[in-house]
Amino acid sequence: MHATSLLQRGLVIGLLSAGLAACGGADEQSSASTEAKNSVQINPDPFPSTYHPIPAMTTVIQNVNIIDGIGGLLEKASIVLQDGKIKAIGNSITIPANATVIDGKGKWVTPGIIDTHSHLGVYPSPDTRSHADGNEMTSPVTSQVWAEHSVWPFDPGFQRALAGGVTALQILPGSANLFGGRTVVLKNVPDRTMQDMKFPGAPYGIKMACGENPKRVYGNKGGPGTRMGNVAGYRKAWIQATDYKNQWDEYYTKIDAGEDAKAPKRDLQMETLKGVLEGEIIVHMHCYRADEMTVMMDVMQEFDYQIGSFHHAVEAYKIADKLRDNNVCSSMWADWWGFKMEAYDGIRENVPMVHNAGACAVVHSDSDIGIQRLNQEMAKTWADGKRVGIDISKAEAWQWVSANPAKSLGIFDQTGSLEVGKNADVVLWTADPFSTYAQAEKVFIDGGLAFDRNDPKNWPVSDFELGQIAAGDVK
Amino acid sequence: MKRILFAAFACLTMTAHGAQFAIVGAKVHTMAEQGTLEEATILIKDGYIQDVLKGSQTVRGYEQINAKGKVVTPGLIGAYTALGLKEVGLSAGQVDSSVDKDHAEHLTSLGAALDVSYAINPDSSLIPIARIEGFTAAATNIERSGFLFKGQGAIMHLTDDDALLKSRAFVSVDVTNSGADRVGGTRAVMWPTLINALTEALEYDKEDWDGMLSKADAEALSHVVAGHIPLLVMADRKADILQVIALQQRFAKLNVVLVNGVEAWRVAEQLAQANIPVIINPEYNLPGGFDRIGATLANAGRLARAGVDVAIGMETHNIRLATQHAGNAVANGMPYQDGLAALTSNVAKIYGMDKQVGSIKAGMSADVVIWSGDPLEVTEAAEQVFIKGQAIEMRSRQTELRDRYLDLEQARPMSYVRP
Repeated sequence: MHATSLLQRGLVIGLLSAGLAACGGADEQSSASTEAKNSVQINPDPFPSTYHPIPAMTTVIQNVNIIDGIGGLLEKASIVLQDGKIKAIGNSITIPANATVIDGKGKWVTPGIIDTHSHLGVYPSPDTRSHADGNEMTSPVTSQVWAEHSVWPFDPGFQRALAGGVTALQILPGSANLFGGRTVVLKNVPDRTMQDMKFPGAPYGIKMACGENPKRVYGNKGGPGTRMGNVAGYRKAWIQATDYKNQWDEYYTKIDAGEDAKAPKRDLQMETLKGVLEGEIIVHMHCYRADEMTVMMDVMQEFDYQIGSFHHAVEAYKIADKLRDNNVCSSMWADWWGFKMEAYDGIRENVPMVHNAGACAVVHSDSDIGIQRLNQEMAKTWADGKRVGIDISKAEAWQWVSANPAKSLGIFDQTGSLEVGKNADVVLWTADPFSTYAQAEKVFIDGGLAFDRNDPKNWPVSDFELGQIAAGDVK
Repeated sequence: MKRILFAAFACLTMTAHGAQFAIVGAKVHTMAEQGTLEEATILIKDGYIQDVLKGSQTVRGYEQINAKGKVVTPGLIGAYTALGLKEVGLSAGQVDSSVDKDHAEHLTSLGAALDVSYAINPDSSLIPIARIEGFTAAATNIERSGFLFKGQGAIMHLTDDDALLKSRAFVSVDVTNSGADRVGGTRAVMWPTLINALTEALEYDKEDWDGMLSKADAEALSHVVAGHIPLLVMADRKADILQVIALQQRFAKLNVVLVNGVEAWRVAEQLAQANIPVIINPEYNLPGGFDRIGATLANAGRLARAGVDVAIGMETHNIRLATQHAGNAVANGMPYQDGLAALTSNVAKIYGMDKQVGSIKAGMSADVVIWSGDPLEVTEAAEQVFIKGQAIEMRSRQTELRDRYLDLEQARPMSYVRP
């Protein structure tokens, strides 16, 4: 939803700056072009993606169990990957000429896993102080910083996540600040630069944080020092952002009316918040407690923006109905709990209870280890739900790691399910991926073979590991 | 579903210490000489395993618990935890697993004398949360100490009463990068400090002590150098692990256990020859520091195949996830039986507790778990846990919270809903 509006805006700006005057069209058009030339336009994409897919071959995986990511399970079916897209899926398909055919007997195919919460690249391995670039702990409001400017693409964690079937991931700033900065969505094809990995067309997100972290970090540094201080901080910033947005709206209204107008002074901090108010930047909010999430949904109503997803949401099960009614996703762990007070009420059935209430449930990692086994995290919480009578099919549960994360990142039009025409982001598993013993055998991103467990030539090795002990070993 | 399960085992909650009963028909991993029995009957009497019989047997005078189609293992033992020592670690009041050096220097100069047996709280909410998932005992210890040593750890049963199985059961020390950082800032200070301390402890005389070590430290370490209790040494890189092996050779009776051992696979043969067991997190596969460059998921499997005894389970709040860790070790090359041993018999052996816990055979404490299936599968679960022959109530603070909120449509506020 947000992706479309951002893309459309980008296109409009592009067309305007290209200068429609050259077309010599109707009066209205030419006057619009004159105004555009004189008006200040802000490039929404100053660090554009330079992603190139791994060369794709036409691949057919046949005789395999397929979870399609939108609730369907096809047994002994086939899937065709061609030109980087899903070409066909079903029980009777035609094998294209020159296709590489893989027999998937006893194996499973799923959409690639998408993690909404990762700090790979911004808190990379090795975990040194010089590499810790994830938390701009200099002020409680740092919406001007962008996580992509901290991403170190040689973090070996990307390769490890790939071996776990992760095809796309959102990198966020840390949670020290009320507004931590912009997030970035990456394709998990490790490459030379962040831009080489940047997911084309994915909208930006902003990281916000509730609770203990901001008050701990800023309690002795001028505040906020309490949860009420946190909320005052969000509201103050939204008031400021509303004002900033109004200034720009007023400016464009005048320009459109042919009046002279001076553009407001550009403010990077406010620009991101304005993007949220305009529905172009998705809010990802670190929030554990049910009471705090509910307060934040009121703040959301007060300032008329949408929270895409609460992150961690350890107590989401207590307010699953409210999350459903407010159309807010919850990105959750299967079973982490107790490492701080706001995580004390964690339960194993959080994810299925949220799903069961009709709210949007996502299983996320927030961990360079956990990201390698999100299928197991999903399987655990699915089984725990089943044991208390929450009967969800495996095919439905898989949405927690592909379709729902894709929706909450605004990229579901491109990936997150195995539907004809979508990106061929596909994992072939050695066995039922709800088993501890199943492993990602082949991982395709845009139809290109990004990882093959049986062929060390297809194990990417980061610059950091090259030439070190055990480079290229089984990891 | 939950109610059905509860009903099925309702009779068990009545089973008191002292009664006799039989668990009949399950596939039993004894982790002892009998190996795995596809169908067996376990006789339990007065809190101990009395016998393990092949097949499904009816024995007169023993209450029958039907476990056909289920899997039974010994109770799992947390290999390296701080259970009972902390409730919530961050900004939440007292934590007994963290030692502030400045406040302990009157007692100890190197930290060996720290003793957690005084600090264990069996009423911690973490204990029911761990035991309903199959954990019946644990090694518990200081997690963070500003000293060279992390003090003396204890072995506990995960019971409300009479929890302490063995106090002053081991001493642990960290010689990784972070250990060196704390002690002199370099291994060039840390290792001589460690070797000197152990050397002095050889001379410890209770009646007449005037060594450099504090008397309390010397006393604690004297049991280590005499080989009465193991020395747990946390080390990751190959060079450090070779130093650990050399340390064992330098002190004839020293009984060393390697902890963490990220690069242990690189010296697997030497560890096996030196008979040094390893406690690891087998999922750790990132080069998190320059002493962990060789990290790999294959670590556990390579160690086990070289003949090293491996234990798995380095966590506290989520020690219950050690089954998943072991499952992933198996998925990455560890033989299945070694995966189970890593959670049971190997842990017991490491701590010299294998005559009491960690396997199912006559004379052992009746710490037994009935599982819905393969315990290393993430989708299976413990259905009933017994400690010392008593069926524990399969409830925790987490199951209570869950049951309160399973149905959000309540007439009265949630605080009146009692599951």
